[in-house]
Amino acid sequence: MSREYETVIGLEVHVELATKTKIFCGCSTAFGGAPNTHTCPVCTGMPGSLPVLNKKVVEYAAAVGIATNCTINQNCKFDRKNYFYPDNPQNYQISQLYEPICRNGYVEIETASGGTKKIGIHEIHMEEDAGKLVHDDWEDVSVVDFNRSGVPLIEIVSEPDMRSADEVIAYLEKLRLIIQYLGASDCKLNEGSMRADVNLSVREVGATEFGTRTEMKNLNSFRAIAHAIEGEKNRQIDLIESGEKVIQETRRWDDTKESSHAMRSKEDAQDYRYFPEPDLVPIIISDEWLEEIRSAQPEFRTQKLVRYEKEYEIPRYDAEIITNSKHLADLFEKTVAICKKPKKVSNWLMVETMRLLKEHEMEPEDIRFSAEHLAALVNLADAGTINSTVAKEVFEKMFTDDIDPEKYVEEHGLKTVNDEGALRSTIEQVIRDNPQSVEDYHNGKEKAIGFLVGQTMKAMKGKANPAMVNQILKELL
Amino acid sequence: MSLMSLTAVELGKRIQNKEVTAVDATREALAAIAAREEAVHSFVTVDAEGALAQAEQIQKRIDAGELTSPLAGVPVAIKDNMCTKGMKTTCSSKILYNFMPTFTAEAVLNLEKAGAVILGKTNMDEFAMGSTTETSAFGVTKNPWNTGHVPGGSSGGSCAAVAAEECSYALGSDTGGSIRQPSSFCGVTGIKPTYGTVSRYGLIAYGSSLDQIGPIAKDVTDCATILEIISSHDSKDSTSVVREDTRFTEALVDDVKGMKIGIPRDYFGEGLNAEVKEAVLAAAKELEKKGAIVEEFDLGLVEYAIPAYYVIACAEASSNLARFDGVKYGYRTEEYDGLHQMYKKSRSEGFGAEVKRRIMLGSFVLSSGYYDAYYLKALRVKALIKKAFDEAFAKYDVILGPAAPNTAPKLGASLSDPIQMYLGDIYTISVNLAGLPGISLPCGMDSQGLPIGLQLIGDCFREKNIIRAAYAYEQTRDYRHSPVAMQDEKGA
Amino acid sequence: MANIISDETIEYVGILAKLELSDEEKEQAKKDMGEMLDYIDQLNELDTTGVEPMSHVFPVHNVFREDEVTNGDGSEDTLANAPLERDGGFEVPKTII
Repeated sequence: MSREYETVIGLEVHVELATKTKIFCGCSTAFGGAPNTHTCPVCTGMPGSLPVLNKKVVEYAAAVGIATNCTINQNCKFDRKNYFYPDNPQNYQISQLYEPICRNGYVEIETASGGTKKIGIHEIHMEEDAGKLVHDDWEDVSVVDFNRSGVPLIEIVSEPDMRSADEVIAYLEKLRLIIQYLGASDCKLNEGSMRADVNLSVREVGATEFGTRTEMKNLNSFRAIAHAIEGEKNRQIDLIESGEKVIQETRRWDDTKESSHAMRSKEDAQDYRYFPEPDLVPIIISDEWLEEIRSAQPEFRTQKLVRYEKEYEIPRYDAEIITNSKHLADLFEKTVAICKKPKKVSNWLMVETMRLLKEHEMEPEDIRFSAEHLAALVNLADAGTINSTVAKEVFEKMFTDDIDPEKYVEEHGLKTVNDEGALRSTIEQVIRDNPQSVEDYHNGKEKAIGFLVGQTMKAMKGKANPAMVNQILKELL
Repeated sequence: MSLMSLTAVELGKRIQNKEVTAVDATREALAAIAAREEAVHSFVTVDAEGALAQAEQIQKRIDAGELTSPLAGVPVAIKDNMCTKGMKTTCSSKILYNFMPTFTAEAVLNLEKAGAVILGKTNMDEFAMGSTTETSAFGVTKNPWNTGHVPGGSSGGSCAAVAAEECSYALGSDTGGSIRQPSSFCGVTGIKPTYGTVSRYGLIAYGSSLDQIGPIAKDVTDCATILEIISSHDSKDSTSVVREDTRFTEALVDDVKGMKIGIPRDYFGEGLNAEVKEAVLAAAKELEKKGAIVEEFDLGLVEYAIPAYYVIACAEASSNLARFDGVKYGYRTEEYDGLHQMYKKSRSEGFGAEVKRRIMLGSFVLSSGYYDAYYLKALRVKALIKKAFDEAFAKYDVILGPAAPNTAPKLGASLSDPIQMYLGDIYTISVNLAGLPGISLPCGMDSQGLPIGLQLIGDCFREKNIIRAAYAYEQTRDYRHSPVAMQDEKGA
Repeated sequence: MANIISDETIEYVGILAKLELSDEEKEQAKKDMGEMLDYIDQLNELDTTGVEPMSHVFPVHNVFREDEVTNGDGSEDTLANAPLERDGGFEVPKTII
């Protein structure tokens, strides 16, 4: 009889903070740029250079800690983590081990059964990111680019409280939303601004001791995380079932092969020789400063949900979709503030926006059009200045190029034609050109009128007021 | 008499008075370097052309009345662990044999702003690790008083250059005595300021929590003047301290009446050379004669400073020197198979024996299972040492003692027994652990004709006390600053 | 000598410190390290119970930069000392197999 196993998962989540500059120098954190253009002596480990801490990093880290129910360590310090690797210019990373900025927090996730579950946060610490290694395809060389070196990160270390891939993803979604709401990061897994390392072990159901865990790195999507968890769980169970032992090790997930391999080397002793960073002084977060950070916390999703239903009177379901992205929620609120038509705005976001996002494989954070333009479009459609077909067309243009709908409608002559004389003469022509349909209509085929409406719209290049077309057609027939 | 026989301040005055020019001074310095380098070897790099061009520019600005600093136009030598833009900076190590900094250390920038003419970079123990300047990858520096002896270290090149009158003054750095001990051996004056007084930006780190840059010159007036110029609050160095009281020349007063001077009994026990002891106690008597209240007391913990220092300094060094890996700058081995071999060969070929010894020790004391027993223990002992000094400074304005237990040893006599060599730093090291200011100044000669150094230690941020005491003591002596002056006189 | 440093320890520290020692150097390193540790063990004579480890001597804290970009394109200076440059970066032996 086969035994039943339980998977025990803890996460180490790295989040790149949305600061303008790096953690210890005045170099830009902007993405892209030719190799090593965003570098200086500090972030390339030049002899004689010294780090100076970016204040904003402390504020973002503390804000995330407050939002995840952590205790803020009001007297925190940096330590050096020593290891050799070419993307690590000093061959030590400035991080926090002994006195991290946040401890003992939690977030609540919704479980499959509809209940909620608390996932503990062991600690959150601040640290610097490494540079990038580009591997040459033809020769046995790699090239180091330090543009990302020194970009500020927070590492959020969870307790081993998760038991399935679903819980892991719910936890990550929750973290992502909180951090996005804080504006502390855009949290994009595919671009690496949010990265998760999975610590996983298995044990027999009912066991009280944890099994030996492994750490999985290089997981760039929710899909990869789910697959890696499944794969690693099975690998460990297979080992145990065949009487072998799970080795505590770091493994690298290969997304194309959908498998992992151990990152073992006798040259990697994994003995980081942490000690207090002598080049940086302690950080003391006064009660006043902490209160300032606390009072700057934004309205989070749960609060927004209540307010949307009450204040904007939009359905719970709509509110859930809209608030599932900080960017979308902001866009919604700004648009409503301009046009005062919450239901209409919600409809545009729920239907057309979602359709186009899916079509373009984009995230809500990638939406480019402005609240002003969306409000203008809502007003145009609502006033009947353009009909719904035209409105959709204009919206698509707005979605891809953020055009100004008012200008666009004007320039392309898309306003609905309400001129009865012009409509009447067009319809008379359509009736003349389609005797068969007219006959069908008179013979009781109600559908035929639809064809005639269509022909009229075509002749009017879609700009006719549909209600008027219907009315005049019936009258003439 | 050579312009290099003048103190820096005297030379500066003559330049301001238009008696001589910065170019004259620079030419004489370069001539002295040309004449004495073969015997002394104080320099790793001499930039004759650059120095002359700089001197011309500076003289123009002096003539235009733009530069009025007391040291404008005065030639200086810089220890080779301070970055100088466009001038090779090697730390006397093969691993940085070709390193050309892209920025200049803040302390050197402060000198440049005051119109200093930079002659070149001075030899040192590799990465400032040593007490003799014999661990340099570019040859040993010799003591100008007797070239069969070492100049001390690690700022041996800077001290020898000042003593040999190859420059008017120099900058050194002091992690465990590296300014004060060679100053003592070379018969010059050097100050290690309170930690955080001079910016460390651009100083290639050895032990970050202990390193400080300081002046090395012919007398106390020079040192106070230079220190006033190089001290600054630097926003690029997080450990830089905001200080208001950096007008150190105000303390150049010949008055120690009522000043309380403590002499630690524990500095005068076993291991102290009798001639050194006699000279140092004689200096204390002079100060007493001038009205200072001199008392003996027990400082305590003296023997624990060295082991605590080696744990802390080596741990920090093992991390600070990790960046020298053949990837970004400096030496990379010729042939290698893969990344780790590239690292290991570059570092093993690039570093000398003493540096490797300290990196190994530092890596070990931080490694898994030993951190608490060694590193944290050393940090706790450091706290006790600081407390012992705090208690002493509750009673005394200045602590007086020797700078080193002996005068300069013979070349080659020290390196074979590291611990014996480390013991030579017994009076200087605790000052770094506690972050205190200390000055070393000449107080006599031994029977071999080698200089003896007196050390005065002050409470943190109280440089003025030690400068005042040192200045007052200096007035009691008719002292010839350097062996060159002595020989000239003999020849005359 | 109270502290006997084994071959394994020297090997291990060599991996941490990225230093490759010859056999002769290894023997010397074992001896030196053992002697230094014996010497350092003196610290155990001191009772430090209840003493806070002191990493910074002065109570300086909260030294910050504002989050403002002050640096421009630094690539030229960054690469000025590169032992081996390639495509605007530092060339190293391949780090991934």
